[in-house]
Amino acid sequence: MTKNFKGIAASNGVAIAKAYLLVDPDLSFDKKTINDVTAEQARVDDALKASSEDVTLIKSKAEKNLGASEAQVFEAHLMVLADPEMSGAIKQKIADDKVNAETAVKEVTDMYISMFEAMTDNEYMQERAADIRDVTKRIMSHLLHVSLPNPALIDEEVVLVSKDLTPSDTAQLDRQFVKGILTDLGGRTAHASIMARTLEIPAVVGSDVATKEIAAGDLVIVDGLTGDVIADPDDDTLAAYQKKADDYLAQRAEWAKLKDEQSVSADGKEFVVGANIGSPKDMAAVLDNGSEGIGLYRTEFLYMESDHLPTEDEQFEAYKAVVEKMGDKPVTVRTMDIGGDKHLSYWQLPEEENPFLGYRAIRISLDQTEIFRTQLRALLRASAFGNLWIMFPMIATLGEFRAAKKIYVEERTKLEESGVKVGDIKLGIMIEIPAAAMLADKFAKEVDFFSIGTNDLIGYTMAADRGNDRVAYLYQPYNPSILRLINNVIAAAHNEGKFVAMCGEMAGDPIAVPVLMGMGLDEFSMSAPSVLQTRSLMKKLDTTKMAELAKQALDAETNDEVIALVKEVTQ
Amino acid sequence: MAQSKDFHIVAETGIHARPATLLVQAASKFASDVTLSYQGKDVNLKSIMGVMSLGVGQGADVTIKTEGDDEEAAMAAIVEAMGTEGLAE
Repeated sequence: MTKNFKGIAASNGVAIAKAYLLVDPDLSFDKKTINDVTAEQARVDDALKASSEDVTLIKSKAEKNLGASEAQVFEAHLMVLADPEMSGAIKQKIADDKVNAETAVKEVTDMYISMFEAMTDNEYMQERAADIRDVTKRIMSHLLHVSLPNPALIDEEVVLVSKDLTPSDTAQLDRQFVKGILTDLGGRTAHASIMARTLEIPAVVGSDVATKEIAAGDLVIVDGLTGDVIADPDDDTLAAYQKKADDYLAQRAEWAKLKDEQSVSADGKEFVVGANIGSPKDMAAVLDNGSEGIGLYRTEFLYMESDHLPTEDEQFEAYKAVVEKMGDKPVTVRTMDIGGDKHLSYWQLPEEENPFLGYRAIRISLDQTEIFRTQLRALLRASAFGNLWIMFPMIATLGEFRAAKKIYVEERTKLEESGVKVGDIKLGIMIEIPAAAMLADKFAKEVDFFSIGTNDLIGYTMAADRGNDRVAYLYQPYNPSILRLINNVIAAAHNEGKFVAMCGEMAGDPIAVPVLMGMGLDEFSMSAPSVLQTRSLMKKLDTTKMAELAKQALDAETNDEVIALVKEVTQ
Repeated sequence: MAQSKDFHIVAETGIHARPATLLVQAASKFASDVTLSYQGKDVNLKSIMGVMSLGVGQGADVTIKTEGDDEEAAMAAIVEAMGTEGLAE
């Protein structure tokens, strides 16, 4: 029977495929008394052996798809499965207590889990508790003869259906087989949604009911353009969506023709449409989509994906790889933004009541100056190989910018004096704290450029966490309060002849783009798959008309009123 | 005659981080019993969870014993693993 429901459209495109449910099966069991100890112990051996076989296979798949370092976690799982003390304790428990294998496995692994979880001062050990939990699930699934979902082993075209998708889940996905993503939780700006857009996988998130309404193997349509989901469609519906999927691909092919063109409005005004990246691995998508620059290189992933603070040379190689690939096009690198929701396994930050209002980004860099200096030296050295700009995140005061610049100048002078070649670097700041947006006229006299980070700017202005469903309605990018802050920043920069970019989600949003063009924003930087769509939109718009639209939007009262204004003018 | 050797852990992470797995892998290759002693507690060095549960940090002094037919080869392999990983001196 056909079922329809709606979620949040999170990544463009239409996917039609069988559902693959990434949901844990029922692993409950009864505690039983047994007589045949040897037979029960043999069940444990069989389950451990079958689990090791699973993990070995998953590990080799992960090595192939993701590389050796991502696959390392499975090596840890194999060691737990081979642990003689653990299997010994399980078998001992069966012999001593005459309990079934399920009970013995649960009691022994629970003991280890609580032991590791109790080591609260050690994040590494707490992660091992998660490993043991994972491994236990697998052993149980073999004891109970139920199958566990293995996303890394998918080998046919599917729509992945799950409650939520963690960044590490998404990283395991094989683009060749995962045609669509459908979740119960999450919003458009959740990490899973951003990742789906980067991988160009159509996605609908926040549907509330997907895992309840859809069974494994159901044919599912996921419309990432509207948020519509249809399970078990009739033939007419299926044909209509097949056409929609094809049309979307045709439109994409049309956009692809703009790859080597400049971004220019209908009346001939030039803009820069750039891409955001997190690592040199993202460069293929950047080049495929004809990006005119990189407006945001998030360097924190270098720190997060390592098991130590990245050395100057490791950083230098990463930055150099990116600037070289971009040639003379600008690459804006943001210095490390750790803290908030971004943690490092090897360096524990202090526990804080409000991490988003706490010790993060430039606040850490100005406190731990050795880490900051290492990053700046790597950037300075890489700047000789291309067109590199540097910006500091989370700047609230001029004092912070001056302190950061002073350190930058010191490192630059030292390198130049020792004969190292350094490029012509522009130095700027992220505008994401309302304090800096309000004082943009003063900042504009001292910086080379601004880059407006809208995700945090909206969060801090509305005092609302976009990840918190109860207050998610406050994530209102078109609210005139936000637009006025942005307009203030653009005007202040232009008054001093400085360049203004935007690198948040908003820069690639078809509702926001016309207004931002009207305000005169210079660079729009977004996830790479949105670049050509934005270039295509710009070609149709006249900046004089958009300036009039921007004026009306700034004078509007609500978020919805601005949406209506934009739709009226652009359609 | 069992083999016994003392080690002073110098690695910043101690031996609960990744190097622990290499020690366990080295010990697991041999038939002999391999025991790690730290602060009066003994664990089987072939058990990753046993080794990690000791929480051996930087600056710790530990003793490793091997006992069995291939005890000398086992000890040599452990000394080598400690050395190549820069774990102990």
